[in-house]
Amino acid sequence: MLKNSCRLALKEMNHWMMPEKAKTSLTTFPSSAEIVSEPLGVVLVISAWNYPFLLSLDPVVGAISAGNAIVLKPSEMAPASSSLIAKLVADYLDSSCIKVVEGAVPETSALLEQKWDKILYTGNGRVARIVMAAAAKHLTPVVLELGGKSPVIVDSDINLKVATRRIIAGKWGCNNGQACISPDYIITTKDYATKLVDSFKCELERFYGKDPLESKDLSRIVNSNHFDRLSKLMDEEKVSSKIVHGGQRNEKNLQIAPTIFLDVPVNSLIMKEEIFGPLLPIITVDKVEQSFDLIHSSGGKPLAAYLFTNNKKLKRKFVETVSAGGLVVNDTAVHLAIDSLPFGGVGESGMGSYHGKFSFDAFSHKKAVLYRGFAGDAFLRYPPYTPGKLTLLQALLSGSIVRIIRALLGWFWA
Amino acid sequence: MEKSIAELRETFKTGGTKSISWRKSQLKALLQLINQNEDSIFKALDQDLGKGPVESYRDEVGVLKKSVTYTLSCLEKWVAPKKAEVPLLFFPAKAEVMPQPLGVVLIFSSWNFPFTLALDPLIGAISAGNTVLLKPSDLAPACMSFLVETIPKYLDNKAVKVLAGGADIGERLLRLKWDKIFFTGSPRVGRLVMAAAAKHLTPVTLELGGKSPAIVDTLSTTPSKAKVTAKRIVGGKWGPCTGQACIAIDYVLVEEKLASTLIELLKKTIKRFYGENIKSLKNISRIVNKHQFQRLVNLLKDPTVADSIVYGGSVDEEKLVIEPTILLDPPLDSEIMSEEIFGPLLPIITLKNVEESIDFINSKSNPLVIYAFTEDETFKKRILSETSSGTVTFNDSMVQFLCDSLPFGGVGQSGFGRYHGKYSFDTFSHEKSILHRGFYPEIEPRYPPWTHFKLLFIKLAYQFDYFGLILLLLGFKRS
Repeated sequence: MLKNSCRLALKEMNHWMMPEKAKTSLTTFPSSAEIVSEPLGVVLVISAWNYPFLLSLDPVVGAISAGNAIVLKPSEMAPASSSLIAKLVADYLDSSCIKVVEGAVPETSALLEQKWDKILYTGNGRVARIVMAAAAKHLTPVVLELGGKSPVIVDSDINLKVATRRIIAGKWGCNNGQACISPDYIITTKDYATKLVDSFKCELERFYGKDPLESKDLSRIVNSNHFDRLSKLMDEEKVSSKIVHGGQRNEKNLQIAPTIFLDVPVNSLIMKEEIFGPLLPIITVDKVEQSFDLIHSSGGKPLAAYLFTNNKKLKRKFVETVSAGGLVVNDTAVHLAIDSLPFGGVGESGMGSYHGKFSFDAFSHKKAVLYRGFAGDAFLRYPPYTPGKLTLLQALLSGSIVRIIRALLGWFWA
Repeated sequence: MEKSIAELRETFKTGGTKSISWRKSQLKALLQLINQNEDSIFKALDQDLGKGPVESYRDEVGVLKKSVTYTLSCLEKWVAPKKAEVPLLFFPAKAEVMPQPLGVVLIFSSWNFPFTLALDPLIGAISAGNTVLLKPSDLAPACMSFLVETIPKYLDNKAVKVLAGGADIGERLLRLKWDKIFFTGSPRVGRLVMAAAAKHLTPVTLELGGKSPAIVDTLSTTPSKAKVTAKRIVGGKWGPCTGQACIAIDYVLVEEKLASTLIELLKKTIKRFYGENIKSLKNISRIVNKHQFQRLVNLLKDPTVADSIVYGGSVDEEKLVIEPTILLDPPLDSEIMSEEIFGPLLPIITLKNVEESIDFINSKSNPLVIYAFTEDETFKKRILSETSSGTVTFNDSMVQFLCDSLPFGGVGQSGFGRYHGKYSFDTFSHEKSILHRGFYPEIEPRYPPWTHFKLLFIKLAYQFDYFGLILLLLGFKRS
């Protein structure tokens, strides 16, 4: 992903940097206009621990391509990655313009007290509020890439095997569920649920073997804090009894096996907060259309929402009514790899977007430029004001050439 | 208040505001409101700011009519999803970006252009399908009352509400959760708005101000160009609300040897436009209230500043009028040269060489606009690349405001976010990415268990090396 980001920026940068011509109307004739991209200045990138390289360096690609100086603060919760990033950036990039600051809360707080021209933060909603409040003191614009509970609606008349594999790839295949766009929970019909669960059991075994804790292809939980948090979600009274697959844990190795729950209570902890782990609740409804109500009632807008169906009407309703950062029909997570799509959230899942040209734009100021000449100075702009001037002015503002001619003729003949 | 906002939320939930027909009907109603109440609008503006009808039409009524008409003509295009390119690797797939309303939005407007700054953002919010609470400034009370009374008569009350009140109402509103806040005003209040928005992760657009300079380099070209330059400077300073405008020319930068020429031209033009002296002042607004009046008068209190006055300086406290005043080289550390003036006082700063303007401007925070009167193409390029501002306008003042195709907004201390034309629609929308995939074909290497073959496949896939992929699949590639 990073390599592609760099390649795209290198290939397209000249094109992105070119001023964009803007149309002018008769109202300001004669004139020409353009929009010029300029760097914002010195920007701060704060990244997360789950994709430490991607979430640190992808924004940096955008900031560099837009011509900014950068301070990068990688997450201390991925310490080996953080120190490697610090070392490599110092070795390969221009240290007078691109610096890495390592550290935890004290260092981040100190950074946030400084004045930046832009801050891009990837992480959770709680810290995002702190970042935005600190940015407010200096009127610094921010991009906040947060998360949410990304739902997957599964309809019945589909290729179940492919759908299951794609959900597994997006859930456990992505850092064992510790990804902002991982499917968080599934909504399907009561009739279809058993088939779905069976399909999961089958494919999970095919991917990760009979004992997933032995599989080398599953990431582990990042640290004991998160392990405990996830354990709490699993062990909640009315939830632990709903496990239909998995549940194995190894505290010493910080491992939790892919675990599926069927019909946990909607007000349980696991259904209230973003799971960010290998636990997958399946909620059932009578009719698949009821999924939308469930998603809307769950509160915040998620970063992503997914739907598996062949039903055109359902696709249409999904696309038009579900509000999320990004939507995918019949797959999960892959929209991340499509550079022509802006990647960002809405509401609780964040503000602003990046990837591809959107990264360049996120770190640029789009300066409007109007070129005027001295010919054609509309005398009616200036006082003394007369009724004739008012008519002319009305015509000019309307931009209609017919009106302007009429008004001018009226002026000359008055 | 909470009930009103709850109603706005309910209305949004029903989805009624998303339909294009609703949006168009509201925009048309707004146009009707303006058309049918022009006289009342002129009256209110005269009452609050002493704005005459031509200035009111040019800066408020006309601008709004143009905005609504333009939006109505483009709305269908703006609402349509935009196709996005998908690499062949994902075939068959379709990607698009669909604009969606954000939800319930809050608009704070300012007192100096009480109609434009309230209704232009409103046009954007409605066109994007949101429900809106508009909080006009109470420092223009007649205009605020007009909006409170008249908007409910024309627009959908369940979706668009206007709230009267002062700073306390503003504070209460900021404690609630909004899906977007649009603020026009000072940087000081902008910080408070953003800090309040941070608690709910509400995106904001801040249209602030700054000291917008005018660089003058055309006085030694031709007499007619010099005259036009002077006219445009005068028009760009005292024309909009007697200098109480975020995009008014704040101060002028000119070469030492041309300063007296400029001052003479400005004096002549001021007299022609606005009258010989404060007693015969016409065609110009007044200061909005005693507080602003006192603030401006205080800027002139400093003896070294008062000494630098070369024209004007008279004030009429009862009528809240300050005549157009020109100052020549007031001290650079005086308040008049460090704060945004927002009034009819024009400092002229002289430089040995006009190119020094760039360093001078860069020593202050980013303004909303930089005006540059010059025909020197190299100088133009330098100004563009070596300074930063929301907008740059060459050889004119104010008119960039009328260009719907140019984004209007600041950078740095002059704000962030932008609007006008399609940018208004965009600022109140969320651009939702959508990817449609088919179930076939399936790319096995996406799934574990991982093997060397799969890693190679993924490497080639990322490079979009389709030929390499074929070779790999046929068994002709090892590593």
